[in-house]
Amino acid sequence: MSLLELSDVKVHFPVRKGILFDRVVGHVQAVDGISLSVEAGQTYGLVGESGCGKTTLGRAILRLVDITDGEVVFDGTDLAQLPEEEMRRSRRRLQMVFQDPLGSLNPRQNIESILAEGMDAHGIGDTREERRERILKVLDRVGLPDHALGRYPHEFSGGQRQRIGIARALVLEPDVIICDEPVSALDVSIQAQVINLLEELQEQLGLTYVVIAHDLAVVRHISDVIGVMYLGSLVEEAPSDDLYASPRHPYTKALMSAVPVPDPEVEDTRERILLTGDLPSPSNPPAGCRFHTRCPWRQPTRCDTERPGLTDIGGGHKVACHFVNEIASGELAPTSALAPDMLGDSESPVDDPGGDSAGDSGEGEDAASGPASGAPGSGGKAAGTNA
Amino acid sequence: MSTESNEPREPREPDTTPADGAAAPETDAPEPGTTGSPAASTAPTASTAGDPPATGAERTDSPLTKARMSKGDKIDRLAQLTARRETSSGDSLWVAAFRRLRSSKMAIIGAVIIGVFVVLAIIGPWIAPYSPTAQSWRGEVFSNRGIFVGPRAENWLGLDNLGRDELSRLLVGARQTLLVGIVATLIGFVVGALIGGVSGAALALGGRVGQRIDAVVMRFIDMMLALPSLLLAVSIAAVMGQSLTTVMIAVGVVQIPIFARLLRGSMLAQANADYVLAARSLGVKRRRIVLAHVLPNSLGPVIVQTTLVLATAIIEAAALSFLGLGNLDAAQPEWGVMLAQSQRFFDQAPMLAVYPALGIIITALGFTLLGEAMREALDPKLRS
Repeated sequence: MSLLELSDVKVHFPVRKGILFDRVVGHVQAVDGISLSVEAGQTYGLVGESGCGKTTLGRAILRLVDITDGEVVFDGTDLAQLPEEEMRRSRRRLQMVFQDPLGSLNPRQNIESILAEGMDAHGIGDTREERRERILKVLDRVGLPDHALGRYPHEFSGGQRQRIGIARALVLEPDVIICDEPVSALDVSIQAQVINLLEELQEQLGLTYVVIAHDLAVVRHISDVIGVMYLGSLVEEAPSDDLYASPRHPYTKALMSAVPVPDPEVEDTRERILLTGDLPSPSNPPAGCRFHTRCPWRQPTRCDTERPGLTDIGGGHKVACHFVNEIASGELAPTSALAPDMLGDSESPVDDPGGDSAGDSGEGEDAASGPASGAPGSGGKAAGTNA
Repeated sequence: MSTESNEPREPREPDTTPADGAAAPETDAPEPGTTGSPAASTAPTASTAGDPPATGAERTDSPLTKARMSKGDKIDRLAQLTARRETSSGDSLWVAAFRRLRSSKMAIIGAVIIGVFVVLAIIGPWIAPYSPTAQSWRGEVFSNRGIFVGPRAENWLGLDNLGRDELSRLLVGARQTLLVGIVATLIGFVVGALIGGVSGAALALGGRVGQRIDAVVMRFIDMMLALPSLLLAVSIAAVMGQSLTTVMIAVGVVQIPIFARLLRGSMLAQANADYVLAARSLGVKRRRIVLAHVLPNSLGPVIVQTTLVLATAIIEAAALSFLGLGNLDAAQPEWGVMLAQSQRFFDQAPMLAVYPALGIIITALGFTLLGEAMREALDPKLRS
C-alpha cells in the first residue's frame, strides 16, 4: 500500500447561471478520472500545460476543492469521505507549498505568527516559548536567520519568502508536502537553491513530495516518478529517467520536443513536434482520447470514440494511448500536425496546397527533419522552432 | 576582483543595499539569507547580519572589508548607520502605511484642519466671547429693514439677524457639526460593516447556504443604493420628525449600503487570496480565517471610506438642516442650521451664510485630504 493513493479522482466545477435561483448549466471537468499512487519517501512529479488541471489535482488531495468523485486514500483513510473537522485535523500530515511566495503569506502577519498559526490550529506546543523554539528550529532548517521572526513577508526576497512557505509546512511535521509550482515564481539561481533545499529536507526528514510544475527540467531533477497530465487526465506515467529517455505518448513526445538542447548541432537537427490548435475547453472535452484533436498520430478509428486507459507497458511505464506500440515501432507515422505545412506559410509559397496531409504522412518522420536541416540558413532558430 | 568568490561577497551585501536603504530600509537586513547556497547561508546570516548594529561593528573589524572599503563604501555605511531604524523586528503594514502618511503633505494639511476643528469643537463654548444664544445687540439689527451689523471690534464677525454674536455661534456650533458627522458616520460604518462583513464571510466561506444568504442581503442593499441618498435621508427625517438625532440617523442610514458593499467586495477579493488558501491547507478553522486573515486585510478601503464619509456626512447634515429638517433648538447652534437660517437675508448680509459655509467646506476638505492620503498610503501597489 502506498502512502498516498488516488483512484479515479474527479473534480468537476459546476458552471452556474442565474441571480437568486441559479441552475447548473455545465461542468468544468478540471480533473477527470486520475489514478496514481505515491510511495513514502518518493517524489511524484506532475507536469502539463497551463489549465490541464494539475493545480486542481494538488488542491483536491488536500480537499481545498471539493472532490466530485473518487478516492484519495492517505495512509489507509479515504480523505474524500472524511467529515470537515476530521479533514481539517488530518491536514497536519498533508501540507502544501504554494506558487506565489508573497501572495500565500498574509501581509499583516509577522513570520512568527505565520508559523505559529498551524501549530495553534492543531494544538501543537503548549506555551509560546515551546512554539517559538520549534519555529526557530524550522527556520534554521530552511536557512532563515532567527531575527526573521518579528519581520513581515514584504521585507523578504522571493527566495526567502518561499523558504518561509516551506517552513510553514514543515513546522507541522507533515508526511506529505504538495508543492504547487514551488519555484516557477523565482529567479533561476534561486530556483536551484529552493529545489536543493527541498531535496535536503526530503533526505533529512523522509518527506514525500508531490511536485506540480510546468518546468520539465525542474520536475526531472526532483522527481522519482513523473505523471504527464493533459486536460484533466494522466496520459503517461513513468519513472523519471525512463520518461525523459523514451517518451511514449504523443503528447509527452511533443512536450519533450519543446525543450531546447544545449548542443547546437543536436538542437538544429532534432525533431520537433508542433501541436496545432488550442487546449480544448475542459467544460466540453473531446470524446474518446482527450488528445485526439491535436495528436499528430491520430488514427481514423478508435481515437475519437474510445477513451484509452492508462496501461502498463512494462517497467512501471504507463501510457494512455491506443497505438502506443505502433507509434514506438514506427509502424505509424505522424500525420498532419508535423511542421512542414506550417513552414509552408513562410518559406515555400503554395507549393502543394491541399495535399499536405497525404504527402506528409507518406514521407513520415523524414519530412520533419528535412525542412529543419534546410532551414537554418534562412530562418535560423525561428525556422527550427517551426519544424 | 575575480578572486572574490562567495566568501567576501557575503558581508558586502548589506553594504550595497543601504544606498537605497534610506528610502526602503526594511528590505536590506534579511537580504543575506538569499545569497549563497541554503546550507552555507544559515551560518553566515546568523553571524554577519544577525542584528543591524552588531553587523556594523563586525564589519569594521573585518580586515577584508576594511582594506576594500572605498570612499563610496564609507558613504554607504554612513548612510546605513544613520538611516536605519535599529529594530530587530519589522514593520507591520499598518506601521509602514502610517510612516508613508506622515510624509505626505496632503495628509498633514488634512490632519491639521481636522485637528483645529476638533479642538474648536471641544473648547468652543469656553473660548466663545459671548453667549451664542443671548440676543445682546437686538436693538442694532433690523432684519426686516435690511440693517445688519458687520464685523467690528467687539463682534469680530458681526451679528446675526437676531443680534447674536456670529463668532460665538460658529465656535459653539462646531461641536454640533462634528457630532453630527461622527455619529452619522459611525452609524453607517458599524451597521454597514456588520452587514457587509456577515455577507462577505458567508459568501466566501459559507458554501452554498452562504451564497444564498449573501444574495438576499445584497439585493436588499442594492435596493437601498437604488434610492437617491438625499431622498432616502429626507424620507427618514420626515418620518422621524425634526431633531438633530433624526439628521444623524438619516445621514448614517444613507451610508450603510456603501460601507456594506465596500467591505463585502473587499472581503471577497481577500477570500480568494493565496494566503487564505494557505491558511485552509494549514488546517486553520473557518472562523479564525475570517477574523484573522480576511477581515484585517479587507479593512483598508473601509477605513479610507470612513474619513471620506465624515466629510460628506457633515455636508449632507447641513443639507438636511438647510431643508428645514435639522435641529431647531436655538440653544444649540449648528453650522447647517445657521446656513439655512441666513438664506433669507442672503442679499442683505451674504457674509452670514458665507461663514458657516466656509466652515463646512474647510472641514470637509480636511477630512477628504486625509482620506485621500490614507488611500494612497494603504495602497498595496506602494508596498515595498
